[in-house]
Amino acid sequence: MTAVLEVDRLTKSFGGIQAVDGISFKVPPGETLGIIGPNGAGKTTVFNLITRFYTPDSGDIRFMGRSVTHLAPHRLARLGIGRTFQNLRLFRELTVAENITSAYLSGNRYSPFAGIFRTDRHSVVEKKAWQKAYTLMDFLGLAGKGDAPAGSLPYGEQRRLELARALAIEPKLLLIDEPGAGMNPREIRDLVETLRDVKKRFNLTIIMIEHQMGLVMNISDHILVMDFGEKIMQGTPAEVRRDARVIEAYLGEEGPA
Amino acid sequence: MRFFLESKRHILLALVIYAALRLLFSLGIVSEYIEQVVIYVFIVILAATGLNVIYGYTGQFSLGHAAFYGIGAYTSAYLAKTSGLESIFFFPATILAGGLMAALVAYVIGIPILRLRDDFLGIATLGFGILVRVFFDNSDRISEVLGGSRGFTGIVKLTNLETAFFVTVFLLLVTRNLITSRYGLFWRCIKEDETASASIGINTARMKLMAFVYGCFLAGVAGALYAHLYTFLHPSNFDFLRSIDFLIIVILGGMGNIAGTIYAGFIWVGFIEGLRIALPGNILDLRWVFIPLLLIALMMWRPYGLMTKKKG
Ligand SMILES: Nc1ncnc2c1ncn2[C@@H]1O[C@H](COP(=O)(O)OP(=O)(O)OP(=O)(O)O)[C@@H](O)[C@H]1O
Ligand SMILES: [Mg+2]
Repeated sequence: MTAVLEVDRLTKSFGGIQAVDGISFKVPPGETLGIIGPNGAGKTTVFNLITRFYTPDSGDIRFMGRSVTHLAPHRLARLGIGRTFQNLRLFRELTVAENITSAYLSGNRYSPFAGIFRTDRHSVVEKKAWQKAYTLMDFLGLAGKGDAPAGSLPYGEQRRLELARALAIEPKLLLIDEPGAGMNPREIRDLVETLRDVKKRFNLTIIMIEHQMGLVMNISDHILVMDFGEKIMQGTPAEVRRDARVIEAYLGEEGPA
Repeated sequence: MRFFLESKRHILLALVIYAALRLLFSLGIVSEYIEQVVIYVFIVILAATGLNVIYGYTGQFSLGHAAFYGIGAYTSAYLAKTSGLESIFFFPATILAGGLMAALVAYVIGIPILRLRDDFLGIATLGFGILVRVFFDNSDRISEVLGGSRGFTGIVKLTNLETAFFVTVFLLLVTRNLITSRYGLFWRCIKEDETASASIGINTARMKLMAFVYGCFLAGVAGALYAHLYTFLHPSNFDFLRSIDFLIIVILGGMGNIAGTIYAGFIWVGFIEGLRIALPGNILDLRWVFIPLLLIALMMWRPYGLMTKKKG
């Protein structure tokens, strides 16, 4: 089966810093790949390269067997690559529901004419967008918050809203950057449940950057370990736990959590 | 049609306002000067709504809005004059031509400059505004009719209460529907975060251009109505200060608030014209002291507009 995502010798430097240094990996359909590594290892940069917010210096990215290295970010999103951001990027002044409908509507169109004159096409698509929003809000524990400005939600709910927004584009591949950041152990346990549900229900392939070992070890099929822009190793959670290089570079003296 | 059904309440309200104004005008209670000011208010509201789409909703800072207003004014006046179609019958076509010409120019310059952000975009649009002003000043070299720095004279008066009012109301309803459609939603997303917008599949460059072109179209239509109201155009009517006027109305009414722009249009024009009447001739120029002072006060106490207390 073709991999959902195939990254081939990807390189990116900023000035003198080699942020990503010839990374290659594949993600087969339905898999969850965890990416771990110390601060500044280049994890987020990999996401920004895949979604084309940064232009790679060299290397190739294939999505569903097709090279997408030269596509603009919004085209990648329409093809089915959804993402969240390490530092939340919600539309804070928009309502919770609008954050979600905007994502759905970007791929489900009606013309300006249909919008101005409120044609049937307009009503049908808008109705679906709102249904989508309510389904996703229910699913992610945001029911009843549809009319609240996104910026007014507590932090944990903002994280879940960002996930809901990414899911509203109906992605095949979801890139999640540190979903557990700033969460307590209880919230992390809920998050693990949610992510499992999300994946099953939407038939997703996931790549997740995460520092919280409990979370990433629990949910990933494979884990890729990065340091100084390079791939140190890739293996199952059990293999990664045992690897001496990983313990040295990342897990430190304490060992895996 | 659903467009009119959904806007029932607004259309009804508009008809009541129109009937009241028509009565006031017909009974000769108000002077011709006041009539002209009232009609002018609707024109200003239309142009300012265009800027609200560009800046208030989409967050694209423009200091050159008056240039598009001027392009609409000169285009429609020129067309009417040179084609001999100076009748109320062809007026809709000349108005539309003014709007479309402004939209076309916005499209052509929008492609390169809308990539710029914030202050840089402000400076680019400011530069464009100056360029257009210089063009109007020298327009007599292209065609004697345009009048250059002496001004464009002898335009037929075709704009009356009916044309200005109903064109403005119709386009405000169109704008309201656009704003509440997916396009308006994308504009608001872009204003908040372009990166996040792209990540959910919004073609940000295209949507920004669309907002800019549409907003300038409204300015062009407003300009066309203006030309046939005052029957005389001068390059100084479309300079930087006029752009600032529109900006003040948008900010006064609250960014991204159509109703606010309507109120603010009345307040602003009323204020300027009111001072003209209230102040004795020898200190009339004091207006240019009051207005900046008012602006400073506004920025200090109500930076998000008179209508909205909070950022919105
Ligand atoms: N836009 C940028 N301009 C300059 N340098 C950058 C940029 N983005 C990332 N870097 C640098 O690239 C390196 C990798 O950064 P990146 O954000 O990918 O790390 P990370 O693995 O996600 O770290 P963290 O765990 O802290 O999120 C860092 O040295 C960072 O300073
Ligand atoms: Mg990071």
